[in-house]
Amino acid sequence: MTSTATTPVSELSNEEIFRYSRHLILPDVGLEGQKKLKRARVLLVGVGGLGSPAALYLAAAGVGTLGLVDFDVVDATNLQRQVLHGTSAIGKRKLDSARERIEDLNPNVHVEAHETPLTSRNALEIISTYDLVVDGTDNFQTRYLVNDACVLLGKPNVYGSIYRFEGQASVFATKDAPCYRCLFREPPPPGLVPSCAEGGVLGVLPGLVGTIQTTEALKLILGIGETLEGRLLLVDALRMRFRTLNLRKDPTCPACGTHEITELIDYEEFCGVRQAAAADAAAASAVPEITPAELAARIARGDDFDLVDVREPHEWEIARIPGARLIPLATLVEALPTLDSARDIVVHCKVGGRSAKAVQQLQASGFRKVWNLAGGINRWSDEVDPTTPKY
Amino acid sequence: MAVTLFLPTVLARLADGGTLRSNGSTVGEVVANVAERFPKLAPRLRDENGDPYAFVTFYLNDEDIRFNGSFAAQVKDGDELTIVPAIAGG
Repeated sequence: MTSTATTPVSELSNEEIFRYSRHLILPDVGLEGQKKLKRARVLLVGVGGLGSPAALYLAAAGVGTLGLVDFDVVDATNLQRQVLHGTSAIGKRKLDSARERIEDLNPNVHVEAHETPLTSRNALEIISTYDLVVDGTDNFQTRYLVNDACVLLGKPNVYGSIYRFEGQASVFATKDAPCYRCLFREPPPPGLVPSCAEGGVLGVLPGLVGTIQTTEALKLILGIGETLEGRLLLVDALRMRFRTLNLRKDPTCPACGTHEITELIDYEEFCGVRQAAAADAAAASAVPEITPAELAARIARGDDFDLVDVREPHEWEIARIPGARLIPLATLVEALPTLDSARDIVVHCKVGGRSAKAVQQLQASGFRKVWNLAGGINRWSDEVDPTTPKY
Repeated sequence: MAVTLFLPTVLARLADGGTLRSNGSTVGEVVANVAERFPKLAPRLRDENGDPYAFVTFYLNDEDIRFNGSFAAQVKDGDELTIVPAIAGG
């Protein structure tokens, strides 16, 4: 077997010719196309749900260099959809897990690992050395950062985004295509759109959308077909409907229209993330808290108090603390007449955020003896009762 | 004019399903009609002044309404209005 290291990047070894034979006999790819793939440098921002199928199929297809940006560690809750990583990788850095899997799948692929969050300080430098970017991030600030960096550098941004059962895909920032800001000028305020961690996602959905992104990336490299430039693909997995809508380049777009954006900005500020985090921290610190151990002690002593669970009914089905009463946060106002402000009340949710809001609502309604369970039912599982499932 | 609205699942739970019928002579009227019927959905479609948000895009048939008068865009019988909110999961 010919070693790849000794085969020039413009040529294919005999091993590569055999490996890629189904591509080589495909008229629109062929030997020239396969060499283009080998010379290509693709940057995956995020190797999670969308980045997993992208990394696997780009590597399998023979893309010569895959840059990976991630700074996360593999967690058991990732494995329901992040097929790049296996059970044995739990606790490992995602980049190490990704590199091992890619090298096993196709040792001809050169992996460049960037173990860092993509930021305004490093994005231009990192992206500039690649031909195109596959956006597999999971937050608005990085999506706007990737978009603006790609527009400034003139690099195609292969976009994909998912939530629950639905996804979106497009190709932004090529010479004539609109960009992400042409579609969504501004991000929603923090907290309005739940993340997949909060709202859930069907495990196969990033597989569907990530493979669509990969298809577009391969077409861009090969220069074949019609890509999603100027079109937005909507994927509805529940109804299994695909719809494409026409995207137009917005002449007033500050990134690709008026070019007002001449350098990368502070995207956390732009997306209101820092302000929201500060407000949340201030709110949480203003709320009286009880630790899981203190709650367990109160239960053990037989103290007279009410334990209110403000999660949703489907979460209540997964796990609950004995003696709790379910009042989903959205229904708390209606349930107020059923609560006794003379009694002590402990409120909990999954990790403590929603229950902090509930405590504030109760305080605003005149309840004085209210505590938030710090860390929610997940911390209760960690510190008091490990038989309580965490999710 | 009778128009069909398509909502993504994230918004469908605030109405009675993902496909709604509505009426009006402009997109703004069609949206206002739905907002009145589904008060919980209303603030997710438009701001307190009744204007569209920068993070929710409306497509009349396959075209972005911002290039055709925004909420003042005229609709005709049988038109389809697709609502596309920004999502960020990955």
